[in-house]
Amino acid sequence: MTLILEQLLNGLQLGVMLFLLAAGLTLVFGIMGVINLAHGSLYMVGAYAAAFAAKLTGSFLLAIPAGLAAAALTGMAVEYLVIRHLYARDHLDQVLATFGLILFFNQTIILLFGRQPLFVQIPPALSGAVDLGLFPYPAYRLCIIAAGLLSAGALFLLIQRTRLGMLVRAGATHREMVQALGVDIRLLSTIVFGLGALLAGFAGLMAGPLLSVQVGMGEQILILTFVVVVIGGLGSVAGAFWSALLVGLVDTSLRAFLPQILRGMMAGSEADALASGISAMGVYLLMALVLLIKPKGLFPGHA
Amino acid sequence: MRKLIASAIGLALLLAWPFIAEKMGAPALISLFTRMMILGLAASALNIALGFGGLVSLGHAAFYGIGAYAIGISTTHAISGLPFLGLLPGSDQLLVNVLVAMLVSGCAAAIIGALALRTSGIQFIMITLAFAQMIFFLFLALKAYGGDDGLTMRRRNGLFDLNMRDDATFFYVTLGFLLVWLAICARVLHSRFGLLLGGIRQNERRMQAVGVNTFRVKWIAFIISGMGAGLAGALMANLGRFVSLDLMHWTTSGELLIMCVLGGSGTIVGPVLGAFALMGLEATLNTWTEHWQAILGPLLVLMVLAFKGGLARIGGRKS
Repeated sequence: MTLILEQLLNGLQLGVMLFLLAAGLTLVFGIMGVINLAHGSLYMVGAYAAAFAAKLTGSFLLAIPAGLAAAALTGMAVEYLVIRHLYARDHLDQVLATFGLILFFNQTIILLFGRQPLFVQIPPALSGAVDLGLFPYPAYRLCIIAAGLLSAGALFLLIQRTRLGMLVRAGATHREMVQALGVDIRLLSTIVFGLGALLAGFAGLMAGPLLSVQVGMGEQILILTFVVVVIGGLGSVAGAFWSALLVGLVDTSLRAFLPQILRGMMAGSEADALASGISAMGVYLLMALVLLIKPKGLFPGHA
Repeated sequence: MRKLIASAIGLALLLAWPFIAEKMGAPALISLFTRMMILGLAASALNIALGFGGLVSLGHAAFYGIGAYAIGISTTHAISGLPFLGLLPGSDQLLVNVLVAMLVSGCAAAIIGALALRTSGIQFIMITLAFAQMIFFLFLALKAYGGDDGLTMRRRNGLFDLNMRDDATFFYVTLGFLLVWLAICARVLHSRFGLLLGGIRQNERRMQAVGVNTFRVKWIAFIISGMGAGLAGALMANLGRFVSLDLMHWTTSGELLIMCVLGGSGTIVGPVLGAFALMGLEATLNTWTEHWQAILGPLLVLMVLAFKGGLARIGGRKS
């Protein structure tokens, strides 16, 4: 029982990380109609900047603003230099240009930091475990869950309750009308893109102490994020939230429980191989299932 | 007319290439060109879906890789003598294996296509990518066929009595497959089916209104496209006598897309030109610096921002 609860928390932790990435991706799609393959690169930039700052200063607290700023600034620069020119183009051009950006970012990171992964220490204040009554749970992971949920809440307030959020929602449904009413939609696009990059960088810097910070980390999680966005329905932030949690839970519990279940049915080594195969494919099968029932995703947006 | 002359010159150059490379004292260039032709074949297969059907698939690496694995697995079983799953005997004959590879990748394309074609636009891109990734992980987990390490083939498949170990011979065999494939493409795309496909690309709703089952047309195009990619994968496995899991990596899908667009999607030879251009560029940049991707990336962005239409349309009229 405690094992199940612990894995549920792990799933929740993966889920909020995925949401931070998916939110940016789905917002950018909703407002600008752009598919951005380089979104994972912004996650990587955030992780590297934070890891580098942590190594220089020895303080994780200083690493947080470094990671956030690097990701947001890179994101806005990318929007200004490249993405802005792709709004009116077809999706194929967007895929190609952002694919080019991935090559550029990955290789630049290799030039700057080398191919060896960087390792970040969990900040000492959070390195212990918290007793949750039934079982102890790592404080750092708990902190990620809290930070992710808080960011989700803040994002909802921003989108539903502020003037900027109102413009974002209006821009997503009636781009031309908003423009005709005198709103600078290009500035709005840059801000939204920067916001998405900020969230991706936040996910990246939090992932640093859990995973090794290395080139290619962005693409791995990007493809999982695509699954989240498709299941949730393109352009819908609420859909991204629920489907990120769903994908996080399904992925984590398959990896945790499937080997034991299969081991009861067949030889150990075969069971492990099969379990690792099925659990790696699990979320994609989930996506296929959702699409069979609802081709537009669980919470279809306007697009 | 001008196109015809250009094609004739290109073909003559390819036919003479093994001799030229030998004279230049660089026999490694023969295999490089074989690679280019194989990727050109894969790109032109993708182009049936992409250029003619308007289906932007970011998952063709899966079909390419499945073709390679099909041939690798069949050859392994032929050499070991044990039947596959205890039922199917393997083969080490190229013609048999190529048919098997195309059949298997065609089946995979039929399943993935049936699901992915329920969507369109950005979702289609993401879903084809996700399915390709799923198949990547499937083969990563298949430890019996190498998993992470890939699958080594002891020798190239046989074809009649040719000495397939000779790189020049394999070059001509590949060239033969490429020409047959392009001829099939031209035949298919100039048929009634090709016209329907083009109509759907331009205006799907209108084609539905005149009574065309647009889903079926797109589905068949996707299957043909997957089979072509499987054929290319089968040849690639034979070229290096090795099936690498990298063939299925999603960046392969991206490179195939670049080749199509660079050469001109919507033309029949364009993707082959694109493959030669991209791989030539990669090989050249690679001699300058190992960080060539840092140059190629921005070049790609500039290419997309600056010009459209591709190499095959240079000098021709825009359509």
